[in-house]
Amino acid sequence: MGISDRFSGWRVLKEGLTGNKGWTPHWRDPEPKRDYDVVIVGGGGHGLATAYYLAKEHGLRNIAVLEKGYLGGGNVGRNTTIVRANYYLPGNSEFYSHSLKLWEGMEQDLNYNAMMSQRGILNVFHNDGQRDAAVRRANSIINQGDDAEILYRDQLKTLVPFLNYDNNRFPIMGALLQRRAGTARHDAVAWGFARGADQFGVDLIQNCEVTGIDVEGGKVVGVQTARGPIRAKKVALAAAGRSSQVAAMAGLTLPIESHVLQAFVTEGLKPVIDHVITFAEGHLYISQSDKGGLVFGSYLDFYSSYAARGNLPMQEYTMEAIAAMVPAVTKARLLRSWGGIMDMTPDGSPIIDHTPIEGLYLNAGWCYGGFKATPASGDCFAHLIATDRPHAAATRFKLDRFRSGYGLMDEEGTGAQHNLH
Amino acid sequence: MRITCPLCGARDRREFTYKGAALPVPALEAGVAEWDAHVHLRDNPAGPLEELWQHDMGCGAWLKVTRNTATHEMLGVALAQDAGLAIKEGQP
Repeated sequence: MGISDRFSGWRVLKEGLTGNKGWTPHWRDPEPKRDYDVVIVGGGGHGLATAYYLAKEHGLRNIAVLEKGYLGGGNVGRNTTIVRANYYLPGNSEFYSHSLKLWEGMEQDLNYNAMMSQRGILNVFHNDGQRDAAVRRANSIINQGDDAEILYRDQLKTLVPFLNYDNNRFPIMGALLQRRAGTARHDAVAWGFARGADQFGVDLIQNCEVTGIDVEGGKVVGVQTARGPIRAKKVALAAAGRSSQVAAMAGLTLPIESHVLQAFVTEGLKPVIDHVITFAEGHLYISQSDKGGLVFGSYLDFYSSYAARGNLPMQEYTMEAIAAMVPAVTKARLLRSWGGIMDMTPDGSPIIDHTPIEGLYLNAGWCYGGFKATPASGDCFAHLIATDRPHAAATRFKLDRFRSGYGLMDEEGTGAQHNLH
Repeated sequence: MRITCPLCGARDRREFTYKGAALPVPALEAGVAEWDAHVHLRDNPAGPLEELWQHDMGCGAWLKVTRNTATHEMLGVALAQDAGLAIKEGQP
């Protein structure tokens, strides 16, 4: 990488004064080669991060990322951009802690502005039971080495005075605050990892749908694609909501149902909400984007869907809930809404593991929490692919935990069955 | 989405609760692999899917609905008991 390829304040100034004619594409558009050491299926945040860390941490160079559409066109471009490390259970706790640390160094590491904004997340609670759970969670987070504070009503009011503290059904008692949490510019995360991987020589191949996975004698040998067959020593699946279809090409049936989660954004407003705020009532969350739009959402629609759009009942529910908790939002006009395809596992936690087929690796089941996981998912998946051993931060994301019942990670405590998370 | 309940007619999706994929229940003495498949593993198709909905805000009937998960189009509805999905004696 030459110095001219680096972004800097000086470079922005120079380009601005010379007509912005010196910018070049962030990555190449290569033809697929006939064979690679590692083929990654899926050019989203997790697939691109995996390619980047395979190259950076493990010295591999002969890598391809195969993407059906365009880079970052799936869930990494369709989420609500929240980054946090406030998980409770062993397994998740150390993983998301690792992820937040990677987020904090990512922009320097990638030389790319991901607009990482550690504005803090407030998890609002409404009653004694939720308060006790929040205190327990805070202690768990602190034990993990991350930051957590409990704010009670009066402290919270000085921070976010505009909430409805006296809702009859869901009065606000306080909140769990994690100051290091926040938001990042979702597209830029994909682009940053793509550019970083490309600079290491990784081939990012778009418009290249995988149509088959070649297995010989229980070992993966390559893939069939829309742009011809490609041989590979190892094949790594990072296809998010489409994981079931991709895995089926290798004869695997996954413990995954794909569901729709809707999100909403209002017209751009002046800065009004400084934090990410979530509510124990209604799975509700809201933050303000750098463009000024209020970004919010709540539950899944709770039926299987690949439509990438939801239905009116959950939209109504979300509007009612946000109006009840943040009444000022009702003055803003809704600009648009969208739906993402969520690869839901029975216990609501992800899978980073070997498959029964030698050389075929699986990264899936991110449910509605994949964005914050992006760097650690890539780092841990790369570690597994390169060394055939799980990364220390991702030892419990096992594919067979549902069959055995050992090591289930059910953060919500609702049971390890489909349609409960 | 609207679902045409065989007993009540076409009703709004709000009246129904999703109960997951419509799968035959294994025999009690079936092994771990069969029960694991029933409880956890899913074909998860992007297309027609047979699934269970309950008309719990209406007549209460359990329905077997065939629905296209890629478009949300309703392709068919039957009472679960007529579709051979009724719980039999001795089943959980």
